[in-house]
Amino acid sequence: MRIECPFCGERDHSEFAYFGDAACARPAPGAADAQARFVEAVYLRENPAGAHRELWYHEFGCRSWLQVTRDTRTHEILEVRLARESTAP
Amino acid sequence: MRYSLASLLRQACSGHRGWEAAWRDASPKSAYEVLIVGGGGHGLAAAYYLAKVHGLTDVAVLEKDCIGLGNAGRNTTIIRSNYLLPANNPFYELSMKLWEGLEQELNYNAMVSQRGVLNLFHSDAQRDAFVRRGNAMRLHGVDAELLDARQVRRMLPILDFENARFPIQGGLLQRRGGTARHDAVVWGYARAASGLGVDIVQRCEVTGLLREGARITGVRTTRGDIRAAKVAVSVAGHSSRVAAMAGLRLPIESHVLQAFVSEAIKPVLPCVVTFGAGHFYVSQSDKGGLVFGGDLDGYNSYAQRGNLPTVEDVCSGGMALMPAIGRLRLLRSWGGIMDMSMDGSPIIDRAPLEGLYLNAGWCYGGFKATPAAGLCLAHLLAREESHELARAFRLDRFATGHLLDEKGQGPQPNLH
Amino acid sequence: MSSHRLSGEGAIQRDRTLSFTFDRRGYTGHPGDTLASALLASGVRLLGRSFKYHRPRGLLSAGSEEPNALVELRAGARREPNTRATMIELFDGLTARSQNRWPSLAFDAGAVNSLLSRLFVAGFYYKTFMWPAAWWERLYEPAIRRAAGLGRASREADPDTYEKAHAFCDLLVIGGGPAGLAAALTAGRAGARVILCDEDFLLGGRLNGDRHQIGGESGALWARRSEAELRSLPEVRLLTRTTVFGVYDGSTFAALERVSDHVSVPRPHQPRQRLWKIVARRAVLAAGALEHPIVFGGNDRPGVMLASAVRTYVNRFRVAPGRRIALFTACDDGWKTAFDLLEARIDVPVIIDARREIPPALRAQGSRHGVRIMTGAHVLGTRGGKGVEAIEVRGEDGRVSRVRADSLAVAGGWSPNTALSTHLGGRPRWSEAIGAHVPGDLPRGMTAVGAACGELALAGALRTGAAAGREAAGSAGLEAPLEQWRTEEEPVGFARRWSVSGHRGKAFVDYQHDVTVEDIEIAAREGFRCAEHLKRYTTLGMGTDQGRTSQLNGHALLATLTQREPADMGTICARPPYTPVAIAALAARARGPQFKPCRLTPSHRWAEERGAVLVDAGEWRRARWFPLTGEADWRSTVAREVAGVRAGVGICDVSTLGKIDVQGADAGAFLDRIYANMIATLPVGRTRYGIMLREDGIVLDDGTVARLGECHFLLSTSTIHAGRVMRHLTHARQVLWPQLDVQLVSVTEQWAQMAIAGPHSRELLMRVLGDAVDVSGPRFPYLACQEFLWLGRPARLFRISFSGELGYELAVPARYGESAVRALMAAGGTLGVVPYGTEALGVMRIEKGHAAGAEINGTTTAADLGLGRLVSARKDFIGRVLAARPGLAAADRPALIGLTPVERSARLSTGAHLLRPGAPATLSHDEGFISSTAFSPTLRHWVGLGFLSRGRERIGERMRAYDPLRGEDVQVEIAHPVFYDPAGERVRS
Repeated sequence: MRIECPFCGERDHSEFAYFGDAACARPAPGAADAQARFVEAVYLRENPAGAHRELWYHEFGCRSWLQVTRDTRTHEILEVRLARESTAP
Repeated sequence: MRYSLASLLRQACSGHRGWEAAWRDASPKSAYEVLIVGGGGHGLAAAYYLAKVHGLTDVAVLEKDCIGLGNAGRNTTIIRSNYLLPANNPFYELSMKLWEGLEQELNYNAMVSQRGVLNLFHSDAQRDAFVRRGNAMRLHGVDAELLDARQVRRMLPILDFENARFPIQGGLLQRRGGTARHDAVVWGYARAASGLGVDIVQRCEVTGLLREGARITGVRTTRGDIRAAKVAVSVAGHSSRVAAMAGLRLPIESHVLQAFVSEAIKPVLPCVVTFGAGHFYVSQSDKGGLVFGGDLDGYNSYAQRGNLPTVEDVCSGGMALMPAIGRLRLLRSWGGIMDMSMDGSPIIDRAPLEGLYLNAGWCYGGFKATPAAGLCLAHLLAREESHELARAFRLDRFATGHLLDEKGQGPQPNLH
Repeated sequence: MSSHRLSGEGAIQRDRTLSFTFDRRGYTGHPGDTLASALLASGVRLLGRSFKYHRPRGLLSAGSEEPNALVELRAGARREPNTRATMIELFDGLTARSQNRWPSLAFDAGAVNSLLSRLFVAGFYYKTFMWPAAWWERLYEPAIRRAAGLGRASREADPDTYEKAHAFCDLLVIGGGPAGLAAALTAGRAGARVILCDEDFLLGGRLNGDRHQIGGESGALWARRSEAELRSLPEVRLLTRTTVFGVYDGSTFAALERVSDHVSVPRPHQPRQRLWKIVARRAVLAAGALEHPIVFGGNDRPGVMLASAVRTYVNRFRVAPGRRIALFTACDDGWKTAFDLLEARIDVPVIIDARREIPPALRAQGSRHGVRIMTGAHVLGTRGGKGVEAIEVRGEDGRVSRVRADSLAVAGGWSPNTALSTHLGGRPRWSEAIGAHVPGDLPRGMTAVGAACGELALAGALRTGAAAGREAAGSAGLEAPLEQWRTEEEPVGFARRWSVSGHRGKAFVDYQHDVTVEDIEIAAREGFRCAEHLKRYTTLGMGTDQGRTSQLNGHALLATLTQREPADMGTICARPPYTPVAIAALAARARGPQFKPCRLTPSHRWAEERGAVLVDAGEWRRARWFPLTGEADWRSTVAREVAGVRAGVGICDVSTLGKIDVQGADAGAFLDRIYANMIATLPVGRTRYGIMLREDGIVLDDGTVARLGECHFLLSTSTIHAGRVMRHLTHARQVLWPQLDVQLVSVTEQWAQMAIAGPHSRELLMRVLGDAVDVSGPRFPYLACQEFLWLGRPARLFRISFSGELGYELAVPARYGESAVRALMAAGGTLGVVPYGTEALGVMRIEKGHAAGAEINGTTTAADLGLGRLVSARKDFIGRVLAARPGLAAADRPALIGLTPVERSARLSTGAHLLRPGAPATLSHDEGFISSTAFSPTLRHWVGLGFLSRGRERIGERMRAYDPLRGEDVQVEIAHPVFYDPAGERVRS
């Protein structure tokens, strides 16, 4: 796979570390049901067969965290953006 | 027909015309007591034990393709019970004991070969962790031996003892570990289950679940709706997809694990070896090929194939361990989809919906668990309670914090 | 043995002769030969033995699909088992041996298996060898293993080197036959960056094996001219002897270049092979097609050969595979073989065409030569010993006759070589037009051309190749004109014949694995009816050739047996590699000492000078201890180092600890969310010990946080977790809280850091640092930190201690690390300064009860480690919420404890489990384990750290430390984990 890093250009995926589903935002820690929400965020996964928004870390490059949309059936990369510029759901 | 030398000789004399189908290629009935989704080793074993142990024969195994072509037919065939945690160790030892009697039980030679599994260590810290694990095994009556470098060398002179970046210091050996012929395990369970009256339905893909309120009452398939009192999901790699049909999210990610086989050569490796300083484990099949693997590719995938960096990583592990295999050639590589759970341990439990049962999250350790997973899933289905050795494999352990994290990697499946 | 070499040029250099041996016997050949062609030219037909029945086997093909002619090439450490004779380019001094036979190829005792072949059918293993169970490992399996396998691997390390190369191009052309050449020429002329790979050492593909005409010249000549033109184009790279073996995501292709396999040993500074990783905008699959055999009795006897291979040996290598060669064909293309043989004045006793109707032109041409032609006829079997002597033919009228022939060319039709089209999951599609599979959904950017897409005639190959080249050039923004090459009409009629009914004798479908028609019948009977089950049950297609010549026939046979069409059978997905690839080539440089990088500490050279014994800590290599002459063993060395620190002063390079520089207005707020303890309240110029958790509530790492400025912090991490912590922090900054004003950078490599520990450490620092910084007690108290200039260079000093003594860590830019150590050692001479290594460091941390990697092992909570008091209740931080789950907060969790042996001289062993005295040694009575042990030179007995259920309530209790693995069983007393100076007075002194 080749990932188009917004800073470094297209690079082989071996430069990146994978961090899983990008949709798992950190819940509000103060909520009454915070523990249940954290359990969901940390452990439960949609794990789709198809487009998957996921985090990749350009560890052997610019150390940016990227949000990559990729088809898990074909490995085709559909979109890459900086994680910090992606609005968390 | 019972398999034996006599039956083989009889058939040889009659041109092998009398062999019967190993299992009935059944057409689905409209309803069953128990449906098992997934015709892999686990599902077929569960069906067999349901019939054999619990006398439940109104059972069908539904397979979307032909049986045994998922992870049951894609693994590196290793069996072992060298686990650390008190929740894992007795379970895998149960499995090992079942392996040891499998051929007689099934009247099918699955080529269970207890040739030994040797985990190499290369540092004091690694040795200490192995000693802790080996002692846990011994406490449960599982065989474990600590070898020093000299003993390892005597056993495996082909390894690199001269020029290694991380010299071999020794190894943890389980002599009763080894390999089994993966396809034969599938066929053996299928034949035995079918013989007891279980329907094995191939080319029957589950496309949805039938629900009445909060209760699952059957499945929708490419061959029509099938009702059942109980539906068990045993579809390693695709557990999340089937669970999604019930509106559930599981603590599982699907990852690709590649496996490799070399061209066949005369025997060089007597046992299974795992490299402790890189991603590489290997055994030699009876046919002569080195069967090996390494780490996950590391990203979610349903593609049943991986990429080149992992191939290179695994082969460099192989070369670091056994530089004599350099001119041997890699013949074939393939990928399987692993149900990577969030703590690296499996789930055999009731789903939050009545009538639905899960056997999932086996990571890359499902093959060795086949007999015990089948037995425990059958127990859960028949008795409505967990088998005593599978009690910790609960779905709610993530919420309660009773995690089974052998490697201590935390909720990052690609690190387990 | 008389020569089978024909006159005429072909593609060999007759003016040079190469010598080689096969099974120790000497032969000669010419440059341009393969081992196969040279042996054939010398009349050698028996080249190998089959896997199961040890049947004598000769050449089937002239290419990489060869299933039979596998040899052990070279000797000693360079021995390569299972090497296809058809792919070995002849070189002077080549040695090869036959394999899987004993005692010799001609007389092979293993052939006795043939007598038992009625038993050894598909699936027989599964039905027997079960009694008694224990005999499997002892008897049956060893016998099976010895009999199985093909060649023998060398037991020595591969002496050659391998390398990897990366390339990028507009167009990758896979295959240098007519279609590939046309594509490369078209795109290359337009200026596109083209890479063309071919597994052969000669470009041209079938143009070399057949007698084609292109634009009035011979196809072979056209190939030579095209090659010359391509070589002249600056943006074109031709890689011969290079197999594209894998297609991967992101238009990445893997190719193996056999740089030195055509010489006896690699030339100086040359690798044996080179692994290319090619990223291509477009790819053209021009891998041609494979001819497949027809299944009939005795079809494996040496002398039975694919018709196209016969042509290749005749036309390219100028070798007559036999003196009297019959032809069995089911397609027009096969007739070429007869005509080429006749042209070369080789006797063709009969042309047997399975079809009743054949094109009149072919019949006329055959009749002109006076050849006997049988139509609607089939070969039922062959006769002979280790080679064909006659064939048995059933004519259209059903009468069986015998024809004397020493060889039989078989033309079963062509199948596109679709392998690379399926690596990314595409499935081949059945084409009725050619009666074979053609590529289905191709990987993005790939086009199949020529025979690989079912265009079996030359004109179509050139046309589709050129069109794809033009299209690829267009995608690179280049205009490519199309050239029209003139070719002759070719008849391409065919009738599919997979196997011959009523065959006589064993009929082989898969040659290498001895899979016969009978095996397929058994599989069908027993319900192994899908392609995958057939393969797994019979091993069809599992050989080194991956069923290249057997799969289609096998599937077609099974289809017939189960009343289906071949089109409905599906296929086996071809997987990488296309042809087998040496494992060393995939590893390349990453082997031996270069397996992983080796990171050296700034003081490495100095440590080596002092004779330090080194140890690998992950990728780092550190000084483990510094032995002095006369010391009995390492324990006395370590004891001396510990005593030296505890009583005087010692120096240890701790640069391997991770260092992360954190700056920004929100740095304190950010670190408060990272660490479980409060950080924002840390005053400038102060250091604090901190722990960070994973979000699941488990401790991730511990270390120090130094506040160098209002908005500037420096963190230290453990050596082993440095990378993971950096990832964790950048994730928090960029993904969780991008709004915070904070920047992070890893400075592990930038700073050398030395621990200076012991009661005299202050004195030593005053001597070395002079006025650069005031280290006197009140001005530089415990946990102080300061940045300053030392000798005009930036330096940092921290008053922190891992040893439990008065201690400091001095940081200087990495390149001054060595001189800093030397300065400290020089200044400390009169103080008796001792350098100490990781072992003494470890002993002292155990004496002090500090948790390290064995305790912070990814499963322990802050409370487990006795660090619960550090955890702040006044703020949110990563891991807080989930650490409160019942399973992690339970009171009976194993807690960190200290251990001492009751019998003071007894030794403690790490990894021992803790049981109550008298309790049975079973898992259910297992209450904990020992995580770290050391002999404490200070206390003069062993001490240990470990975890014990409810451990903190059980200080003083006695337990058994049970280590059956090492045969040890010791009584221990549970103690507070801090053995040395529990009040911490010494660090504050």
